Amino acid sequence: MASPDMDHPEGPQIVADPLKVPNLAFGAMAEIKPFRAHPNHQEPLGFPGELVGNWKEVAIEKIGELANTNRAFRVYLDACVKCGACTDKCHYFLGTGDPKNMPVARQDLLRSVYRRYFTFAGKYFPKLVGARELTKEVLEEWYTYYHQCSQCRRCSVFCPYGIDTAEISMAAREILDTVGMGQKYCNEIIGKVKVIGNNLGLQEKALRATLEDLEEDLEDETGVSVRIPLDEKSADILLVTPSADFFAEPHIDGLLGYAKVFHQAGVSWTVSSYASEAANFGLFIGSQDNMKALCQRIRHAAEDLGVKRIIFGECGHAWRVAYNFLDTLAGPFDFLDPNYPVPQHILEFTLDQIERGNLRFDKSKNDHIRLTYHDSCNVARASRMGDKPGGQFEVPRAVLRAVCNNFFDMDRDTTHESTFCCGGGGGLLTDELMDLRTKGANPRMTALQRVTEDHGVTHMAAICAICKTQFSKVMPQFGYEMDSVVSVHQLVSNAILLDGQEIDGDDRVPEVADAGVT
Amino acid sequence: MLSALYAGLFYLSASILVFGVVLRMAIYARTPAPLKIAQTPAPTTRIGVFWRMLREVVFFQSLFKSNKWIWVFGWTFHMGLLLVLLRHLRYFTNPVWFWVEWIQPVGLYASFALVIGLLGLWSRRLLVERIRYISSPSDHLMLALLFGIAVSGMAMKFVARVDIVAVKVYFLGLLRFKILDLPPDPILLVHLGLVFVLMFIFPISKLLHGPGVFFSPSRNQVDNPREQRYAPRTPAN
Ligand code: SF4
Ligand code: SF4
Repeated sequence: MASPDMDHPEGPQIVADPLKVPNLAFGAMAEIKPFRAHPNHQEPLGFPGELVGNWKEVAIEKIGELANTNRAFRVYLDACVKCGACTDKCHYFLGTGDPKNMPVARQDLLRSVYRRYFTFAGKYFPKLVGARELTKEVLEEWYTYYHQCSQCRRCSVFCPYGIDTAEISMAAREILDTVGMGQKYCNEIIGKVKVIGNNLGLQEKALRATLEDLEEDLEDETGVSVRIPLDEKSADILLVTPSADFFAEPHIDGLLGYAKVFHQAGVSWTVSSYASEAANFGLFIGSQDNMKALCQRIRHAAEDLGVKRIIFGECGHAWRVAYNFLDTLAGPFDFLDPNYPVPQHILEFTLDQIERGNLRFDKSKNDHIRLTYHDSCNVARASRMGDKPGGQFEVPRAVLRAVCNNFFDMDRDTTHESTFCCGGGGGLLTDELMDLRTKGANPRMTALQRVTEDHGVTHMAAICAICKTQFSKVMPQFGYEMDSVVSVHQLVSNAILLDGQEIDGDDRVPEVADAGVT
Repeated sequence: MLSALYAGLFYLSASILVFGVVLRMAIYARTPAPLKIAQTPAPTTRIGVFWRMLREVVFFQSLFKSNKWIWVFGWTFHMGLLLVLLRHLRYFTNPVWFWVEWIQPVGLYASFALVIGLLGLWSRRLLVERIRYISSPSDHLMLALLFGIAVSGMAMKFVARVDIVAVKVYFLGLLRFKILDLPPDPILLVHLGLVFVLMFIFPISKLLHGPGVFFSPSRNQVDNPREQRYAPRTPAN
């Protein structure tokens, strides 16, 4: 926890501007790249194990294929006018000063090659329009800088044409995978989900044991038997949550929060061991085939278990995939109860329960916390909650305000659709990129330091498994404790009063006679 | 001879412009958008998307949010250009449409706005290191081309007036596929020559951002994947 610097010996400290534009630092990040995938990680995903002999033809052919099958790819490569509006919008540029981390410059790494082989001007006047041959160096450069993009879409918000560098970087990674230059972190994980069902490679037995332990903890804490069911047939709700929720801090506390909410709402629910993962890294590598394979696991689990609804736990990109793509890739879900959206977000469920008056809270349980909230990129800029545009901002804040007395937003330029990435999204949450991750977190951390100065904020709630892991790693470098990042449902869990729960010794919360049930 | 050459260039560049742009738009329209990628918060209805587009095209809403300098210069340039183009309709219509008459005086001032906007954009491209870094020679050349067109056009109005009636007669003739005499005024020939170049390169250059903006999936998609299943016909689905 950083101390509010109001009583700093030299008077209140002025904290830097999160939007400050750095001087250009050419080549500053040229050496930073993630580990390459081993053939064992490549082949199960349908990619060649190592760089193919005719990589040049294969890559060019793939670019052509993408241009013909993905409108975003073609339009974005054609339409950019180099106006420069996006140049200072990327947290990795703000944190590193490397000009190739400016969104348009990042796009240009690929655009220059597209122009050379697919446009008239680029074929005949390459110098004039900045077109270039595809070489091994270019491939390496792609590998480097397309793995310095967290696909957060912040640049897209500020581009007059909505050009989304995330789409270009996904496409670039797909091209790289196609020639055999995959990234270890993402591809290894996708392989695990395909075989075992979750990113961690946690087998059903281990998962069951973990959940049983958590049930015991819950009973010890509350005196109430709160269940976390696994593979229970005919439960009403299938909860699909990032597997980090089963073992990592502060994710687990979020899971306990979901369990308490479900318990208090009186609904029957279950986790599936077959689809024990909400994350879908297929998105990060731009592979619709792999994304689809993972989505279909969720469908199969829902069918097998005979559930009526699907609810997703706290995870940013997972919610993007679930909200936007699940139905397209694995639908239609006409076997589910049509009275509920497919899928739902856990926060939509919790807020609905709060609004119905089914949940009671002792907000003072969170009084040791002065809270702010980090909008996760994929939730903020690529999905929605509730039925109105912008619900993705309001729903989490409404829940936080219902359970916590001290809530303060960060600068408006760094929240809502303008939120800064945590620095670890898009498949970059791997140790060898720690330097990049820390620098990329800088704008968010600077904005956080401001609310710490102004309002004494001590904790930041996050709604995404990647954000939570990333922040607990990098926050200590910015003067905060690693547990200063908290799950949204952790705060719910702290404050919720379960029927019959022990409070301070022997008192028990009385039953609410008319607690409605959804 | 000169009249015939310019007539040829006019027909050629106009066809390239029209066919090129139509072809591009057809390609964009044909290329599938396999997934919902609306950049949220996004409208949840078609009407909402229409308004979003309108705000982008008329006011450059996102650019405004992004960078006030680029917005001021960019918007001034584009609105100036629009008015100047509309003003030029009087050389192609007889009788001149009433609303084209109305904007004649505004159109004159608009030419200054256009030039100021252009120079502003160009100086940012030269002076701001980030933007200089992302510029290729063609970006400067296009600004130079537009600048040349604007200045030669204004010169004919404010410095060395040409026989504009004869020019109009010439173009009305071209619209009826008759080649009449074009006044051999050097500034006029430069002005028209540069315009032809612009029309040639429009469909193959970044100038295409005009039509391109309507096809940007992050902006033109309705945010309703849960309300209405999104299932475009693509090879993958
Ligand atoms: S804001 Fe958009 S059009 Fe402008 S340089 Fe960036 S990507 Fe290109
Ligand atoms: S998507 Fe995010 S990380 Fe990637 S270039 Fe844009 S702002 Fe940077």
